[in-house]
Amino acid sequence: MTEIQYKVAKNIKDACILMAAADGKGRILAGGTDLLVQMKAGTQAPGTIIDVKKIPEMVTIAKTKGGFRIGAATPAAVIGEHEELRKTWPGVVEAINLIGSKQIQGRASPGGNLCNASPAADSVPALVAAGATVNIQGPGGKRQVPVEQFCTGPGRTSLQKGEIVVSLSLPARPKGSSDAYLRLIPRTEMDIAVVGCGVSLTMKGDTVVAARVGLGAVAPTVLLVEDAAKALVGSQLEDEALEAAAKACSAACRPIDDKRGTIRYRTKIAGVLLKRAAAIARDRANGISHTAH
Amino acid sequence: MSKAQYKWIGTRPDRPDGADKVTGRARFGADFNLPGQLVGKVLRSPHAHARIRSIDTSKAEALPGVKAVVTAADFPDQPNQIVPTGEMQVNLRDITRNIMAREKALYEGHPVAAVAAVSDAIAKQALALIDVDYEVLPHVIDVAEAMKPDAPLLHEHLITEGVNPPPTKASNIAKRIEFKKGDAAEGFAQAEVVVEHDYTTQAVHQGYIEPHAALASASEDGQVQVWSTTQGHFQVRGFCSRLLNIETSQIRVTATEIGGGFGGKTVVYLEPLAIRLSQKAGKPVKMVMSREEVFRASGPAPGGNVHVKIGAMRDGRIVAAECRVDMQAGAFPGSPVGPACMCSYACYDIDNVHIVGFDVVSNRPKVAAYRAPGAPISAWAVESSLDILAQRLNMDPIDLRLKNAAKKGTKTAYGVTFNTIGMVETLEAIRDSEHYKAPVKPGYARGVAAGFWFNVGADSSAAAHVGEDGSVTVISGNPDIGGSRASLALMAAEELGVDYNKVRPVIADTASIGFNFVTGGSRVTFATGLAVVNSVRDLIRELKVRAAKIWNVDPDGVMWENGMAKPAGSNVGEFEPLSLAQLAAQAGRTGGPINGHAQLNVTGAGPGFGVHVVDLKVDHDTGIVGIGRYTAAQDVGTAIHPSYVEGQLQGGAVQGIGWALNEEYIYNTKGRLENPGFLDYRMPVASDLPMIETILVEVPNPSHPYGVRGVGEVPIVPPTAAIGNAIARATGIRMTDLPMSPPKLSEALDSAALKIAAE
Repeated sequence: MTEIQYKVAKNIKDACILMAAADGKGRILAGGTDLLVQMKAGTQAPGTIIDVKKIPEMVTIAKTKGGFRIGAATPAAVIGEHEELRKTWPGVVEAINLIGSKQIQGRASPGGNLCNASPAADSVPALVAAGATVNIQGPGGKRQVPVEQFCTGPGRTSLQKGEIVVSLSLPARPKGSSDAYLRLIPRTEMDIAVVGCGVSLTMKGDTVVAARVGLGAVAPTVLLVEDAAKALVGSQLEDEALEAAAKACSAACRPIDDKRGTIRYRTKIAGVLLKRAAAIARDRANGISHTAH
Repeated sequence: MSKAQYKWIGTRPDRPDGADKVTGRARFGADFNLPGQLVGKVLRSPHAHARIRSIDTSKAEALPGVKAVVTAADFPDQPNQIVPTGEMQVNLRDITRNIMAREKALYEGHPVAAVAAVSDAIAKQALALIDVDYEVLPHVIDVAEAMKPDAPLLHEHLITEGVNPPPTKASNIAKRIEFKKGDAAEGFAQAEVVVEHDYTTQAVHQGYIEPHAALASASEDGQVQVWSTTQGHFQVRGFCSRLLNIETSQIRVTATEIGGGFGGKTVVYLEPLAIRLSQKAGKPVKMVMSREEVFRASGPAPGGNVHVKIGAMRDGRIVAAECRVDMQAGAFPGSPVGPACMCSYACYDIDNVHIVGFDVVSNRPKVAAYRAPGAPISAWAVESSLDILAQRLNMDPIDLRLKNAAKKGTKTAYGVTFNTIGMVETLEAIRDSEHYKAPVKPGYARGVAAGFWFNVGADSSAAAHVGEDGSVTVISGNPDIGGSRASLALMAAEELGVDYNKVRPVIADTASIGFNFVTGGSRVTFATGLAVVNSVRDLIRELKVRAAKIWNVDPDGVMWENGMAKPAGSNVGEFEPLSLAQLAAQAGRTGGPINGHAQLNVTGAGPGFGVHVVDLKVDHDTGIVGIGRYTAAQDVGTAIHPSYVEGQLQGGAVQGIGWALNEEYIYNTKGRLENPGFLDYRMPVASDLPMIETILVEVPNPSHPYGVRGVGEVPIVPPTAAIGNAIARATGIRMTDLPMSPPKLSEALDSAALKIAAE
C-alpha cells in the first residue's frame, strides 16, 4: 500500500520546501473539497499532502494600494462575508460563492478552484474579468501571472515544480466600476457551469470606458474575450453593442459536446450570459443592487 | 364513508420510526456489522458487450488478506424456466446471469467476479489482479437499433414470444403483446379529428439516496443470515434460495431500514454474492455499492419509443385509439411493457382500442421496477396527444378528459371492468381547485395531464400480540418505505379501539412472520393493512372469549367497543366492562397469551387516478423551465395518515418533474454510461421547485374495510405530459422527446424561430 504523508506548513517558505521535497507528488490541501473527492475517486494519489490553512497570509484578505489581496486558501464563506470586498467586487464574490454548496463554502477556496484548473470553475471567469493576478512562490522566488494565463488546459496549470499559489490580487478600482458573474446550470443549485461569464465594467455616465470579459466552460481553459470587451467599450450598452459583444463571445468558444451541454448550446449561451451579466454590472456601477443568485 | 366515524384514521400522529430516523439512530443497509466481517467487492465489465473467454483469479486468491473469490462457476447454472419466487415471475437462467456474467458480459458494469478480503484496500487490489479475457463484441444501446434484423444479438437463443407463427431466427425482441377492444380501424373511419405522433423517453434511475448494501453470514451447519436494504426480504430469501440451492428455512433475512427504493430494491444484486463469498470464506461478508455502481449496474426504469394515434369527434368524444410501445428491457427480457400498454388508455372510456407492445433487450443494465413501472412512458405519449387534441378542438383539457373519463362499469382495453373509481372526481377536483380557477400569471403557461395505476394486493401475513400490560405489538413483514408502520398502527388502533401510542408496529424478519410479498405496487397499506385488520379482528375474537370466561357467559354474549369487552345486551347480565389491560393482566388464568393472526392473498386492489396541473415559464434564451406552481390531485381511497399520502403525491410529482426536464442515462459510443453520479444525472434539487400542492380525493375502495387504495404509483405518471403540455402552451412548440432539457428545448425554440423567420 502507498503511504501518504500529511504535513502542515507553518509559513509559505516552509510550504515551498515541503512541496519541492515531495518530488512532484506533493498536493496542496486548502479546503480539500476537490483533493479529497479526487483521492476517494482514485484519480489523485498524492505522496505528500501539504496543509496550508495554518499560514495566515494564505487564509486572510488584505487591503493593498487601492486593491485587495486574497489568500489562496481563504474559505469562500469568509470572502462572502467581507463587506468591502463585496461592495467593490460583487461579481468576483458572487462567483466565489458559487463554488459548491453551502456546506462546501465553509472550506472551498478561490486558490483551490483555480489550481483545480477546471474550465468550468466558477470563480475563474470573474477573476479574469476583474484582471486579477496570481501570486506564486517557489524555489525560484516569487512571481506574478495574470489569472487568464495561469491554467494551460483541463487539470493543468503553469505552476513549476515546487511552486504554490499564495494569493490573488485584485487591482484598484476606478470610480463607476462594477462587475457581475452569471453561470448557466440546468438546475438551480448543486450543479456545474455549462457556461460561465464574468463581466467587469467601468462607466463614465452612461458610457462604458473600460471592460473585461471572462468566459468559462467553453474552451480548455477560461478565456479572456478581448473582442467582446472592445465591442462594449465606448458604447452605452445599446442592443447593437451587446449583440456584437455576444457574437464575440460565441466566436471565442471552442467547446465540446458532452453530457453537460452541446457545442451549439454552449456557443449560444455564452452570448446570452454576456448580455445579462453586462446589464447587471452596469446596474451595479450605477448603484442599483442585484442580489447574487 | 365519512371520516367523522373514525377516531384514528385520518389523523397525523408522529410515525413510529420517526425519532430514530431524524436522530440518526435508525440503521440502514450499510450500518450493520458483525465481528470478523470481510469486505466484499465486485469486478465489473468495462465493456457493453463482450464474450468472456476466461477468468483467471489465481493472482487475486494468492494475495494475502483475500479470503474468497467467486465467479459464475460458483453458482449453479439455472434452467430456462420462469418460476414464481415469492410472487415474482423470474427466469432463473437470466437472473443467475445478471448477478454474475456467465458466457458474456451484456452491459458495462455487469459483474464478472467478486472478492472478499480483510480490508477495502486489499479487496480493491484483488479486483485488479483478476485477469478477464474478453472478446469485445459490437453492442447496441438504442431500442430502435436493437430491433433491426442486423443488430448485434445479445442472446443467441432469444425467439420472440407472442408472434404467430414463431420466428425461426433469434432477435433482440423478447416478446410482442397486444390488447384489443372493439375495432380501431372502424373507429378511425368515423373520427372527425385524428392526432398521430411519435414520442421517446430515456432510461431514468429511481435515484434512491441509499445505495444497495448487504451483510451475509453463512454458518458451517448450512444456516445463512442476511441483513439487506430491500423492499422485500421474503423476495431476497426466495431469490437466494433458488440461485444458491439452499432451502428457504435455512436462510433468514432481516430487512434493514431502507433509504428509498421506488421499486428498484425488489430484486437481488449483492445478496447471493455475499452469501457465496461468506460460505467460501467462513466469515461474514459485507458488500456496499458505490453510487457509480448503483447507476451502472442496478436496474433503472426503461426508456421507450411510443407511437400514438387518437381519433375523436368534434365534440371531443374519442372513438378510436392506438398505441405502440417499444420498450427497453435492459440486458435480459422483462421490461414493464405490459403495464405500459395496459395503462396507456386506462383513464378513458373508449370503444375501439388497439395496443401493441414490444419487449426489447439491449446492452443496458436489466431494468427494474420504478413507481408505476411502464405507465409514465405510455402516459407521456397519450397525455401529450390528448393535449394536442384539446388544442385542435379548442376544448379545455379537463373538459376533454371529463368527456371521456373512465367510470364504474368502464371496460378497459386489457379486459378488466372498473368497480368504483375516482377518475371523474379527480378531474373535477382539479377543475374546481383554486389553482385551476386562478388566472395564469403573465409569462407563465398551464398544462394538465392524467395518470393511472392498477395498484396491487397479493400475499400478506400479520400478527397482533397483547403484552402483559395491555399494550399491543403489531407484527408484519413489509419494509416500511413510505410511512406504512404509522398507517398499519392507525388501522390497528382504530379496529381495536385503543390509543395509537399503545400500538407498536414492528417489521419481522423472514423467520418471524409468515410470507409477505414485496413492498411495492402500492400494496402495503392496502393488503398488509387488511392482514393487520384481520389479525386484530382475530385478536378481538380471542379477547371476547377471555372476557366470556371471566364472566362465565357465552362468547357471543360479549361485544368489543372502544377497547373494552362489554356485555352484548342486558340479557347477558350486568358486568363492568373489561379493558384490554385488565384482560391482559388475567390472561394467565384465562388461557395464556392473547394473540391474533391473519394471512391472506388479497384481491380487490382499487385502482388510482391522478390529475396534475402545472404553471411554468420558459426562458426563451436558455431553454430553462421554471416551475411556478404545481398541484397534484388523486383519488386516494381513504387517507389513513394524510401526511404520508400527501408525501407520496409530492414525491411522485417531483420524480416525474425530474424525468420530464433533466434526468436521462447518457451513453457514449462505446456503450459506457457517461453520467453515473448525481452531478450529471440531474434529479431536481429543493430549490428547483415550489411546494407541491396536493388534493386528496377520497373515493373509498369498496374492497377494503377502511376504503384504502394504493397511492404511491400514480403520482409519477402525469408529470411529464403535464409539463410538456405547459411548455407547448408557453412556446407553441410540442416537445416529443424526453427529457426536455435546456439544450434540447433551446434548440427546438431556435429552429422554430428560424422557421417563422423563413416564412
